[in-house]
Amino acid sequence: MTVLDVQDLQTHFFTDAGVVKAVDGVSFSLDAGEVLGLVGESGSGKSVTGFSILRLVDPPGRVVGGRILFRGQDLAQLSNREMRGLRGNRIAMIFQDPMMTLNPVLRIETQMVEAVRAHERVSPAAARDRAVQALARVGIPSPAERLEAYPHQFSGGMRQRVAIAIALLNGPDLIVADEPTTALDVTIQSQILAEVQELARETGTALIWITHDLAVVAGLADRISVMYAGRIVESGPTDAVLTAPGHPYTEGLLGSIPGHGRRGERLTQIPGMAPNMANLPEGCAFAPRCPRASDSCRVTAPQITGAGPGRSLRCHHPGVTAEGAA
Amino acid sequence: MLVFLLRRLAQSVFVMAAMMVVVFFGVYMIGNPVDILISPDATPAEIDETMARFGFDQPVYVQFLKFVGNALQGDLGRSFVHGEPAVQLIISYMPATLELAALGLIFSVLIGVPLGVYAGYKADRWQGRAIMTGSIFGFSLPNFWVGMLLILIFAVELQWLPSTGRGDTVEVLGMRLSIFTADGLQHMLLPALTLALYKASLVTRLARAGTQEALVQDYVKFARAKGLSETRILFVHVLKNIMIPIITVLGLELGSMIAFAVVTETVFAWPGMGKLLIDSILTLDRPVIVSYLMLTVIIFIIINFAVDVIYTLLDPRVRVKGGAA
Repeated sequence: MTVLDVQDLQTHFFTDAGVVKAVDGVSFSLDAGEVLGLVGESGSGKSVTGFSILRLVDPPGRVVGGRILFRGQDLAQLSNREMRGLRGNRIAMIFQDPMMTLNPVLRIETQMVEAVRAHERVSPAAARDRAVQALARVGIPSPAERLEAYPHQFSGGMRQRVAIAIALLNGPDLIVADEPTTALDVTIQSQILAEVQELARETGTALIWITHDLAVVAGLADRISVMYAGRIVESGPTDAVLTAPGHPYTEGLLGSIPGHGRRGERLTQIPGMAPNMANLPEGCAFAPRCPRASDSCRVTAPQITGAGPGRSLRCHHPGVTAEGAA
Repeated sequence: MLVFLLRRLAQSVFVMAAMMVVVFFGVYMIGNPVDILISPDATPAEIDETMARFGFDQPVYVQFLKFVGNALQGDLGRSFVHGEPAVQLIISYMPATLELAALGLIFSVLIGVPLGVYAGYKADRWQGRAIMTGSIFGFSLPNFWVGMLLILIFAVELQWLPSTGRGDTVEVLGMRLSIFTADGLQHMLLPALTLALYKASLVTRLARAGTQEALVQDYVKFARAKGLSETRILFVHVLKNIMIPIITVLGLELGSMIAFAVVTETVFAWPGMGKLLIDSILTLDRPVIVSYLMLTVIIFIIINFAVDVIYTLLDPRVRVKGGAA
């Protein structure tokens, strides 16, 4: 069943310096239990995509086009009250920095119980029970005791587990995770990845995992969408994209990951810098940094084309063809 | 915690000693109280007799040392004018001022905090701007003028509220208070509002600044992502985070409301300590002035300590230092 269907989403920021098209025509869909890795550099619009789904884009940003269908329902049509009923209930979100997402002056208990009771008429005791279970599920030892604690009494990794537990509280259909492991050290990161993957499998929750780190999604995501300058430039099944990247940007990202068997080899890097979103070049936004760029790239922006089963690309000179993708 | 308390105590003793020296010599330099105490047609013999009775014939350092000696034994002298022990005199005026300040404080919080939070929430909208513009009036209108205007409107024109005095009082814990009688409360409303107006504007601005700062924090966005209502986000998540600067300022303001509510008390003929201080200054009643200002120091010390305690209640991170975290 399709949980989320995003069609041609456009979220623009109306700043003094001009209109920034942070998300410019992004489409993807997600089935129940599926994990989508949304990959891109800082400023590529991946977080804004996440916030757009929850309708939590801060001014001067605004969703100006496209449709977001959640279980067949157009989210733009919902009243604020109805949307609030979905947030934290059917659609949950986990943020990047666990140090900042929990309110420093409220007990974990308060912050969890309120999340339950915002959506369901349950007694405080029942809400508390559910909070204890959620904490236990994300691997927090002696959860009933820890419920009394304040955020500063937890380590970063533990705080992120608490945030994940909060996201799980109401058994959502979709979790948008915005770089939730970026601020954590590597061992904690892999633990949390494994746990989240298991939880998503168990509960059938669909997951959008936003990250700049291809290595993170490699083991986690069923499918990958790579974003550049507000657009998805390549998407497809994780294995296919990672083993045979079609877009030169994806290739560049892969080349810049240090890995096994590459000792002594020089890491490649993508030349240049992420583009100024207020002033994108004409044609393909990646052209100035692209090794394959031709004159046509600098004039016309490439359209999305199919590139094999479940794969699509936005490139004039793809590294894989429709035939070669399989 | 004990070290902290002791250090505080030592500081306070030093401040009080300094206060004593400054005020004693300051008042000494202003003039001779005997000129005021005694009728102008008194004979030189009478003047000398009075001077000797109060010890004014001694050199100033002797007077001071005598004063300090007595003070160390807990005796701050008798009022030249009233003949009563100065401290006792001040304390008898205290309940009136304390209850007025307390009500003023309650008003300024009840008015200032909601307005400020709302103004911060609607910072770019006309509502927020209107509140901010209004708060400028609260800041800049002089106290006596506001008091008189309130009297004009509510006492003279509408005749809803009395304009002066304390009204009925009841004895609570050995203090005569107006706040617990309907009549007394009516008498308190106008002076308390007058006192509260400036503080409320201050609180409004602080609350607005804090709210604006807090609203862009991740924890607010996360609270929204949990599906909480805006009311809960503002008045639980945001409010608890912005209370610390507000409490700090309110503590200081409470101190000044207690000690220096002179203008308001005069306008409303409220028999409080502020009025006593002004009267004492006019009659150069040195023991009362010195005791009063030393008492002010004590009040500020107590308030500051209370503020520190409230910090630990508001922010768990402050608690960790002393406790076993």
